[in-house]
Amino acid sequence: MDAKVQTKTSKGHDDAEREGLDQAGIRPMIGNEAIARGAWEAGVRVAAAYPGTPSTEIMEFLGTYPAGDSHVQWSTNEKVSLDVAIGGSFAGVRSITAMKHVGLNVASDALMSQAYIGVNGGLVLVVCDDPGIHSSQNEQDTRMFARFAQVPVLEPADAQEALDYTRRAFDISEEFDTPVILRSTTRLSHTRSPVKTRPRTDVEPRGFNEDTVKNVIIPAHARMAHPRVLAREVKLQEFFASPEFTRWEEGSTEIGIITASTAYSYVKEVLPEASVLKLAASYPMAIDRVREFYEAMDRVLVIEELEPVIETAMNAAGMPVEGKAFFPRDGEFSPEVVREGLRKAGIIEGAEEQVPFPVTPTARPPVLCSGCPHITSYMAVRSVNARVAGDIGCYTLAAVDPLRAIDTCVSMGSSIGNAVGFAKAGLETRPIIATIGDSTFLHGGIPALIDAVYNNANITVMILDNHIVAMTGGQDHPGTGKTLRGEETHRVVFEDMVRACGVKWVRKVDSYDMASLYQALREAIEHKGVSVVISDRPCVLDPVKLKGSPMQVAAAGCTACQSCMNLGCPSLGWSEEVLDGYHKVRIDETTCIGCSLCAQICPSDCIRPVVN
Amino acid sequence: MAGKVATKPRSVLIVGVGGQGVIMMSKVLALVCQRHGLQVKQSEVHGMAKRGGGVFSHIRYGETVSSPTIPKGEADVLLAMEWSEGLRWLDFLRRDGGAFIADTKRIVPPFAFRSRKYGSQPIYSPEAPREVMEMVGSGFALDATKIAAELGEPRAANTVLLGVLSTTLEFSADDWREVIAQNVPAKAQEANRLAFEAGRDWADASRASTMEDRLRELPGRDELAAEIAPKSVQFEITGEWCKGCDICVKMCPERCLRLNDEQIAELANPEACTGCRICEWLCPDFAIRVHRVPVLEPVA
Repeated sequence: MDAKVQTKTSKGHDDAEREGLDQAGIRPMIGNEAIARGAWEAGVRVAAAYPGTPSTEIMEFLGTYPAGDSHVQWSTNEKVSLDVAIGGSFAGVRSITAMKHVGLNVASDALMSQAYIGVNGGLVLVVCDDPGIHSSQNEQDTRMFARFAQVPVLEPADAQEALDYTRRAFDISEEFDTPVILRSTTRLSHTRSPVKTRPRTDVEPRGFNEDTVKNVIIPAHARMAHPRVLAREVKLQEFFASPEFTRWEEGSTEIGIITASTAYSYVKEVLPEASVLKLAASYPMAIDRVREFYEAMDRVLVIEELEPVIETAMNAAGMPVEGKAFFPRDGEFSPEVVREGLRKAGIIEGAEEQVPFPVTPTARPPVLCSGCPHITSYMAVRSVNARVAGDIGCYTLAAVDPLRAIDTCVSMGSSIGNAVGFAKAGLETRPIIATIGDSTFLHGGIPALIDAVYNNANITVMILDNHIVAMTGGQDHPGTGKTLRGEETHRVVFEDMVRACGVKWVRKVDSYDMASLYQALREAIEHKGVSVVISDRPCVLDPVKLKGSPMQVAAAGCTACQSCMNLGCPSLGWSEEVLDGYHKVRIDETTCIGCSLCAQICPSDCIRPVVN
Repeated sequence: MAGKVATKPRSVLIVGVGGQGVIMMSKVLALVCQRHGLQVKQSEVHGMAKRGGGVFSHIRYGETVSSPTIPKGEADVLLAMEWSEGLRWLDFLRRDGGAFIADTKRIVPPFAFRSRKYGSQPIYSPEAPREVMEMVGSGFALDATKIAAELGEPRAANTVLLGVLSTTLEFSADDWREVIAQNVPAKAQEANRLAFEAGRDWADASRASTMEDRLRELPGRDELAAEIAPKSVQFEITGEWCKGCDICVKMCPERCLRLNDEQIAELANPEACTGCRICEWLCPDFAIRVHRVPVLEPVA
């Protein structure tokens, strides 16, 4: 069982279906489902996203609502998805985009402009942060981005608030003429709790707003817009002072806690007796209300996950306050972290340190799947002793044991540009390879490939085409030929696209054909200039979980050389049998999918299909 | 709500390995809780976890639940579907009578085999059920797959564990029976019904016996594999026979060979060499020999 949304996307608009959806009720939902529900209830008409943990399920859940209610799509990247949502807003309908925190970096160019332009139809960006870095490359705090872009940010603490705030975000967007960020975190997005639902409000489309001065952000117009943005900040500060958005929970006045987001739930767990000011928005902060609370308390602490956004704003407003002196700026909060901070602050007694049980758990890092086509791609890369720029995807796992085939990994699409830099630095004597997945290539690799050709960089690009966005649980993209709702559409042909970028040496190889892949890679490296190898094989998990008849090791022939163990395939392990100090290999037939990669690599040819 | 201290919620932590059904188990428990109108929060983390890594799910229920995650040392029940995963989360268990329900099943990860040196053994938690249950003091260690297999349906092992879990929580057996029936496909109904009862019976029988008896039945530590005397590897090349064909360099699983300036193979990284002999076998000119030499203990 995984967390993947059942992809029963709705293609039509069935009245009975709609009636069922409109019924109010209480249902358990993860935060992401509640956000999708909130958007649907708010009458959203255009929705676009690029998948990214922990935000992915939002668009998948929106896709389960009737197609007649909302257009829901995967975009090629987060900037495009925001531009699509902005387009929907210009056109006069409520629009939403969802992304992970680092996705906002990609989309930020459009956001910074749109913050000045404002909205026509309500415009909401859902941005899911990843405190603790469960599945990301950093733990940047989107609230800093909201402050930077001067757009309001709502921070729900549980699934019910996720739904309610999403609904309200559209109202706020339209009332204050601003994009609104709804900020979730991994914990909220993936925690299931009961949520009260309501019917959908069908919002009348506003029609295009023919105001060129507003819609076209040229310097003259931007200069007029900026004061509006500053005035908006003040109005929002007043608006957020209402109890709906700044909740004062009375308790002991000896200690007052100001908090937001999931940190609130840990505060209630650990210090239920304290007075709490729970902010729905760290920016623009309801500063007057915060001051009232501050003055009513003997001592005030700010407990916020990641960056000291509230704390800094309070200090700047002349309210010296404690927070990050006791609570970390990095990592995910938990009741333990909050308790430890309160102990450091002298507010609660230090609990006696529990002596850990003296046990040694087994290290169990994530691995590529049995039969994963990326395995051979990186076996081939290893064989040519290259300097390798990696990228973002499941295949980043090839950086660690046993493949150890990637030297760098930066951000979506960085590999190709990085490789150009390696080449132009002029120091590398080894071949230079950039490895990039199909969806990552479409997301951010194409401009870099054109750059490489334009500047005649002597590099080889390997596109790992597994026909899906695998890492986030199997979403469609322009290279799969299917839309989010499963409709057939144009399918990107990678060879054509690469040639159109000006690449002269292109070859597509079946990832499972190891000899051809090795051969193609060697020839590609010989080519002076940009060469592209497309390593092509569908993901073994999505859209269909593949299972063929398994392989087995003829133990008599196994020399225990363990060459096959370099694949890192989870179906391969050691048998009890030891030959001269080395374990022979066995294959777990229940998980082996029969890809034959180990058989292709076995020097003693002792791995064969199981014959029943 | 002013000043009111909420009654403490109950906390169940379910852990295992990706693909074992941790999330499904959590869902069943959450549904049982909801039948009683309790607030339930269930928290898990997606993403890399499913790629063969550990999976965990926090379930908290009660009149009101604040934190979605269980504070360390406060789980009323820790249900581990894989032995070592249970050990990983053991410190989350309440020390005063929290129940540790552990399947003794071992899923050994690829990482356990990463050292391929002479004499290497898989790296898996050495602690055996007998010593751990003695240490924890309350709970159950069982081979759920074996119990389910005896009923003719090894895939119902999870339901056996649910049967054991049901005896540690306050809900009636019928609550569980009905929720399980609603969440199991028609053709698996009977097997899961039997598995659930088998889990309950097993737990009841276990409670009826003394701690000493229970411990005696559990597996102890594996007999340690006979110590293998260490050997070092020596790589010998007959330079005159090597024609620099590069086959050994390209095929070395540990990538520890290279051609030197005279285009003759050499061992560039002796630390990485495991002595597997692939180069020796593949050399078309018989120029390579790999010697595994016993390391002599210094004489005192």
